[in-house]
Amino acid sequence: MRLNLRIWRQDGPNDKGKLIGYRVDDADEDMSFLELLDVLNEKLILDGDEPVAFDHDCREGICGACSMVINGQPHGPQKATTTCQLHLRHFHDGETITIEPFRAGAFPVVRDLVVDRGAFDRIIASGGYISAPTGAAPDAHAVPVPKPQADRAFTAAACIGCGACVAACPNGSASLFLGAKITHLGELPQGQPERDSRVVRMVQAHDDEGFGGCTNTGECAVACPKEIPLDVISQLNRDYLHATTTRR
Amino acid sequence: MTYTDFTIGAPIADTAAPEGPIETRWERRRFGVKLVNPANKRKMKIIVVGTGLAGGSAAASLAELGYQVSSFCYQDSPRRAHSIAAQGGINAAKNYRNDGDSVHRLFYDTVKGGDFRSRESNVHRLAEISLQIIDQCVAQGVPFAREYGGLLDNRSFGGAQVSRTFYAKGQTGQQLLLGAYQALERQIDAGGVTMYSRHEMLELIIVDGRARGIVARDLVTGETTSHLADAVVLASGGYGNVFYLSTNAKGCNVTAGWRAHRKGALFANPCYTQIHPTCIPVSGDHQSKLTLMSESLRNDGRVWVPQKGGDTRAPGDIPEAERDYFLERQYPAFGNLVPRDIASRAAKNVCDAGRGVGPTGLGVYLDFADAIARLGRPAVAAKYGNLFQMYQRITGEDPYSVPMRIFPAVHYTMGGLWVDYDLQSTIPGLFVVGEANFSDHGANRLGASALMQGLADGYFVLPNTIGDYLAGSRLTPVAHDAPAVVAAEADVAQRVETLLSIDGNRTVDSFHRELGHLMWDHCGMERTDAGLRKALDRIPELRHEFWSSVKVPGSAATLNQSLEKAGRVADFLELAELMCLDALHRTESCGGHFRAESQTDDGEAARDDDHFSYVAAWGYAGEGNAPVLHKEDLQFTYVHPSQRSYK
Amino acid sequence: MVTLGERAGRRAGPAGAKRTPSVLLKYVMAVSGAIMLLYLIAHMIGNLKIFFGAESIDKYAHWLRTIGEPALPEETLLWIIRVVLALALVAHIASAVILTRRAHKARPVKYAYRPPVKGSYAARTMRWGGVIVFLFVVYHLLDLTTGTLNPHGVQGEVHANVVADFAPGRWYVTLFYALAVIAVGFHVRHGLWSGLQTFGRSSAATQHTLQAVALVVAVVLVVGFLSVPFAVLTGLVA
Repeated sequence: MRLNLRIWRQDGPNDKGKLIGYRVDDADEDMSFLELLDVLNEKLILDGDEPVAFDHDCREGICGACSMVINGQPHGPQKATTTCQLHLRHFHDGETITIEPFRAGAFPVVRDLVVDRGAFDRIIASGGYISAPTGAAPDAHAVPVPKPQADRAFTAAACIGCGACVAACPNGSASLFLGAKITHLGELPQGQPERDSRVVRMVQAHDDEGFGGCTNTGECAVACPKEIPLDVISQLNRDYLHATTTRR
Repeated sequence: MTYTDFTIGAPIADTAAPEGPIETRWERRRFGVKLVNPANKRKMKIIVVGTGLAGGSAAASLAELGYQVSSFCYQDSPRRAHSIAAQGGINAAKNYRNDGDSVHRLFYDTVKGGDFRSRESNVHRLAEISLQIIDQCVAQGVPFAREYGGLLDNRSFGGAQVSRTFYAKGQTGQQLLLGAYQALERQIDAGGVTMYSRHEMLELIIVDGRARGIVARDLVTGETTSHLADAVVLASGGYGNVFYLSTNAKGCNVTAGWRAHRKGALFANPCYTQIHPTCIPVSGDHQSKLTLMSESLRNDGRVWVPQKGGDTRAPGDIPEAERDYFLERQYPAFGNLVPRDIASRAAKNVCDAGRGVGPTGLGVYLDFADAIARLGRPAVAAKYGNLFQMYQRITGEDPYSVPMRIFPAVHYTMGGLWVDYDLQSTIPGLFVVGEANFSDHGANRLGASALMQGLADGYFVLPNTIGDYLAGSRLTPVAHDAPAVVAAEADVAQRVETLLSIDGNRTVDSFHRELGHLMWDHCGMERTDAGLRKALDRIPELRHEFWSSVKVPGSAATLNQSLEKAGRVADFLELAELMCLDALHRTESCGGHFRAESQTDDGEAARDDDHFSYVAAWGYAGEGNAPVLHKEDLQFTYVHPSQRSYK
Repeated sequence: MVTLGERAGRRAGPAGAKRTPSVLLKYVMAVSGAIMLLYLIAHMIGNLKIFFGAESIDKYAHWLRTIGEPALPEETLLWIIRVVLALALVAHIASAVILTRRAHKARPVKYAYRPPVKGSYAARTMRWGGVIVFLFVVYHLLDLTTGTLNPHGVQGEVHANVVADFAPGRWYVTLFYALAVIAVGFHVRHGLWSGLQTFGRSSAATQHTLQAVALVVAVVLVVGFLSVPFAVLTGLVA
């Protein structure tokens, strides 16, 4: 199949950048979207051009590295699917596809489609953990965890930290990412001692990174390749309210 | 001289390993190590390369102890290391099921599973520590699967007859890694760890015979900088990407380990590669990687092919009587749950016999019809839903109604840098943990053991043993302009410049693909003398072509992904040769290393314990010189080597 | 030199200075919104008195002014309500402005290509819808509270004012009123749901119910408010 691509090219953080058109004539519907870019890049290199830079690693939908916006949707049109697992059978011959980087002030463009998502790491560093130094743990069965709580914790913990929620949010908010970690750790008995301080610190870190506020549009949950439910944001709000009204 | 020559060097021995009863060796070693007092720890700097299960847990644990840690990863975040993709689970001898499990049984299963090519001491330690790992992870908030009573659930994995595998749906690696990553981030916030993401180690710095630092390239600015320390820990993963197509992440590479090897670290058992039986078959030439379907699927899925070759009927139209459930037929005791090497080779054999399925004929069915009939669709969906979804996304087929098609793919490398019981390589001060070392899996790794080993090394072994080196060595500070540092930086700059200046007519990927084909054909699931020699003829030629006609666009002063790949492929081109040489010299079959010349009457791997019961640790002898083979003899006192049988 | 990927110790993000947490501003939005919503419901119920005749609604208006008399001076309660509403309005708008500015800063470069987004129409129109509602409120106060812009414009004669206001000849007033009320409906539709979410009242199980409740409240408000002008227009109320 033949595809027309309009791809955002930007040499560096300070370059202005623009969309440039390319054509790939020998695409195959069993290809993944990233393989399409591989094919294009091979051609570009042999033509003496520089290939399109894009983040990718595991190519099985779990590392969260791939990060582009395809036709206006983070990770493209298929529900619950990362770019690396999106296959060309979801596009039609002759289609024009626009590819842009994740857009957010907190995710500055490094080059082409590569953005810096270090802000997510800093949010986790601000409190997204349970302090359990190595060696200090009691037996795994010392504290049973009711299955519904364990399951909800898991659902929230499935977040891959890709940033699609931010890319989709009209406010550039990372509330879904934040809520997912708050819910994951807050559902577990092990997460209780730090529950209040965690949410306060993480919310502060989130705002300090320059992410916008949530207006509950729900765009994030639609874009999330791991289908993190919107109610994690509700949980985040509830925990924050609890932490700020009952602390001290 | 042909490259197939090698010289035999002095035998090597693991001098750190304690003697005596195996149950108390680790305890005695921990008591035997010298300790570093807390005030001194604060002054000592340790570099950790890689942030997967081993590297992430090591960096966090070392910082908790008080050391100054610098952590490096090539990804944009430490959370993306490829441990994250491990699906199935992690073994631990908790015996929560009361089904006869014990530390000794896990030890036994792992030594046997490794086809008697691993060290008893190491494996026993691994089995002991497995208990603590689960405790540690639960305390960190890893959301393992639980039963309604609130206790942890277990499932079975290949090579074991007990249920000892802890899991978090099909995302166990992700959840364990996030636990380690969060512990690491906590230490970054506390100032114990300085994190260098998007940095790649390109050289090891050795001063006075000791590992004292690395040269790393900042992948964004292109700047190469040396980082100095008192000890260096490599946790850089496996080298499965030498095959181009593998289940590894695209960025996985051998560069850190290979650079250390070139500087004197021995590389052990490079030919031991694991081919995982349940991967999604290749669909075309554009394929950039292979996707694993968790081994846990073999708990309920049944593997079969049509009895007759060339049967092109849809799977549903083939009656029961005309199907061959070949694993159940050949291995009635373990059935579909035989170890990976055995399942892979069995699948290869039926495909070689012309009975493979799918458009390429390189595939076998993994059928859930029986499980769905027995348990109901919802129960199957609850167990494997995300895997089924993934399969459907990639292939466009619905595994609830059509059996999956699977084929073996390169998954894990048991070989790696040689380390002693303390995880120290042959270069003092260079420690190697996780998949990057060779230690615990022998010639074949059992399912759910990699996560166990990575975390055992990082959380519990290394933090205990590295102090012995640091306390026992009088290390003086190294200046940034010391000759060894300057030389290492210059080497890196030179190499980068050369890669950019060749400006030939072939892309890096085209070389990588060709190397991958060569390795898969001749050093893959089945190896022969003739095939290996063919590969050994071709690899040096290919390497020469690479260095004369590769085209790497762009500059060194920006993010340049072609340049990153070029450096990695250049090292794969050297490693590949050593792998083939190792495979050629080991004329026995064992675990993942199957030599066609060495098999039993019914086609099973035939070991040759009289001649090959050793670790092959290879030394680098300089460009163009034959490598040196150092043998470490393996002793089996507790598990007596036998022909592995899963029948 | 600190490079892009290098990180040690706690480091403030690019924004640096500590800001009022967005979550806190959302609480302000939710509380002030809730106050105004409660008022709207009461207002709508009061409006319906027009269907019971001129005397009924005029008397009701008079009663509102004289609650608490003679213990309290005339219009005490009314002024309390007005002050609370004004404060709520200011808080609501101020938070909205801050959050909107943050949102714009959080996405300095827009997407070149972004097809219609997936969230509800109501969610997307909160900001401009809010501005329209605000302008309407200003007009509405000048029209039916002070009487400045009303053709009849006599204090206390609510029925006559309303009938004059929505006279068939002044169809454009009715149209503007109708559009504004529908805008209020959309605003309430997302605002109520959003407020419940902000207070952490939604969960996976209750999300759909809460969405439905918000929709019902919005529809009831719109129908209630629109019934009056259309009754005048059709001559049901004259």
